[in-house]
Amino acid sequence: MRRVPWGLFALMAAGLLPLAGSRFYLYLGTDIAIMALFAVSLNLLLGYTGLISFGQAAYFGIGAYTCALLMVRAEIPFIPSLLAGGLLGAAAAFLFGSFCIRLTQIYFAMLTLAFAQIVWAAAFKWNSLTGGDTGLTGVPFPGFLDSPVRFYYFTLAVVGISLGLLRRVVGSPFGRMLVTIRENPERAEFIGVHVRRYELAAFVIAGFFSGIAGGLFGVFNHSVFPDFSYWTKSAEALIMTILGGMYTFLGPAVGAGILLSLNMLVTSYTEYWPLVLGLILAALLFLFPGGVMGFLETRLRRRRHSEARGA
Amino acid sequence: MSLPDPSFLVIQFLSGLTAAMFLFLIASGLSLIFGVLRVLNFAHGSLYMLGAYLTYGVVAWLANTPGRFWVAGVGGSIGVALIGGIIERTLLRRLYGREALYQLLFTYALVLIISDAAKLLWGTGQLSVSRPPILGGSVPVFDQVFPRYNIFVILLGPAIALLFWFVLHRTRAGRIIRAAALDREMLGVLGVNVDRLYTAVFIIGAWLAGLGGALVTPVVTIVPGMDVEVIVNAFIVVVIGGLGSFWGALLGALALGQVMSFGILILPRFSLVFVYVLMAVVLVMRPWGLLGKPLRG
Repeated sequence: MRRVPWGLFALMAAGLLPLAGSRFYLYLGTDIAIMALFAVSLNLLLGYTGLISFGQAAYFGIGAYTCALLMVRAEIPFIPSLLAGGLLGAAAAFLFGSFCIRLTQIYFAMLTLAFAQIVWAAAFKWNSLTGGDTGLTGVPFPGFLDSPVRFYYFTLAVVGISLGLLRRVVGSPFGRMLVTIRENPERAEFIGVHVRRYELAAFVIAGFFSGIAGGLFGVFNHSVFPDFSYWTKSAEALIMTILGGMYTFLGPAVGAGILLSLNMLVTSYTEYWPLVLGLILAALLFLFPGGVMGFLETRLRRRRHSEARGA
Repeated sequence: MSLPDPSFLVIQFLSGLTAAMFLFLIASGLSLIFGVLRVLNFAHGSLYMLGAYLTYGVVAWLANTPGRFWVAGVGGSIGVALIGGIIERTLLRRLYGREALYQLLFTYALVLIISDAAKLLWGTGQLSVSRPPILGGSVPVFDQVFPRYNIFVILLGPAIALLFWFVLHRTRAGRIIRAAALDREMLGVLGVNVDRLYTAVFIIGAWLAGLGGALVTPVVTIVPGMDVEVIVNAFIVVVIGGLGSFWGALLGALALGQVMSFGILILPRFSLVFVYVLMAVVLVMRPWGLLGKPLRG
């Protein structure tokens, strides 16, 4: 039985979106693509390695500031700036991660949170560099991407390539080892795996792609704010991941799509989006702990089973 | 740079001490809940905010009745304790066997729900509660003045700490709570109703947060968003002092109160960064905090 390349189908479908001719959907689509990359990169830690990062927004924010600052202050072109954003995200992840991976469970989560708050506080207070709480505004669309449609396609390409690379990572022997570490770190240690080194590598890779997502988001938003690194931003990515399902590769991307579409829909009726989100999240945790994709997968498997038995 | 006026320093110290007492009330409940239930309660700041709003609500309802602040404070904090008890009994308890992430996200869902519920009930404006008349006015401190109400808070904090020390170390209930923090399974085997104990601990923790919220009403304006702000500070306090350590919460609160009070004078721009760096350094050097013990079981 061959695997269905759902990701490729989704990407092709997303490519048709500009035909709808609506600025509104284009905006939503770009937003979803960027947040999908952010959530999938977080899930490399959460779902694959079993590390609860409560501070992934640190690398998202660092990527956003790096990319925007290089473009605005140093007038470096967009693509090198974006890559620099990813690399600095990875460098920060290496620095912070080498401390975090020495802790486990709740302490790991708290330390990632603390580091993210340091980034947030620095962005908030370092007025001369970041513009403080008024943010870094006036980030231009680069010349070759000066229309929303072009920027959308560019985002789709970057996110598509990134997800392809991440997919290769989790499918590689390295990725399988991460799952082993999640399932049983002691056992992995016993068979001679340097667990911390693997965890750190996963942390750095996740930091790189979170940085890329942040860089894209800053330009998409035309501005960067300290809140990009605030702990509620990290929580947002966690919710997307749980919503879509943390034990499937594209689950977090699906979660990003559902959450942002719902957000658009609900906020057009009421300002009480957090209330709705809280209720959805609570219902999810109690009723569908595997997320949407986990739910679909078990349904699908059950059907295949009954079909196989019927044949 | 000339030396600052000593009386100014004393005032600054007392302000830090006042802030520390509020932090202590919130953080001690957070720490107690983590110590026994092993749940890191993101919604603890929301319970604190709820305490403030309920107190405001009762004060407004009682209009000109004498002593309304005290009635409201007691009623508000008990209301929060009841809400905490209901949450634990009906929902949180179903997640005990699950991964830490699910518990974290459930308490975050509570943050979202409570923040909007408060907006629905009390609006988004700034609300305030006036100080009870008996504690109005100020007392002279050298050649400056300091609000009498804040002195009351500074004295109340240690009183509550002492009460807790007494309950934890000199009563049977306290012994059971301390035992639960060490080894829950063994306690269940010994015939203690662990289920009921968890509910009781959550109620006490929620009550402390509600009390903090009730007592803070005459000092700050009550606004949406005070929940998210305070929870991060409470995390800093419990991490520095030690998650699950009662005295740690006191030490952490005293430290953070002074850092916030003096940090703004010395390094106005970096005091905010500094507290998070402090939190990170403690986690790196001693994950279980200055006064905590490494986790078992």
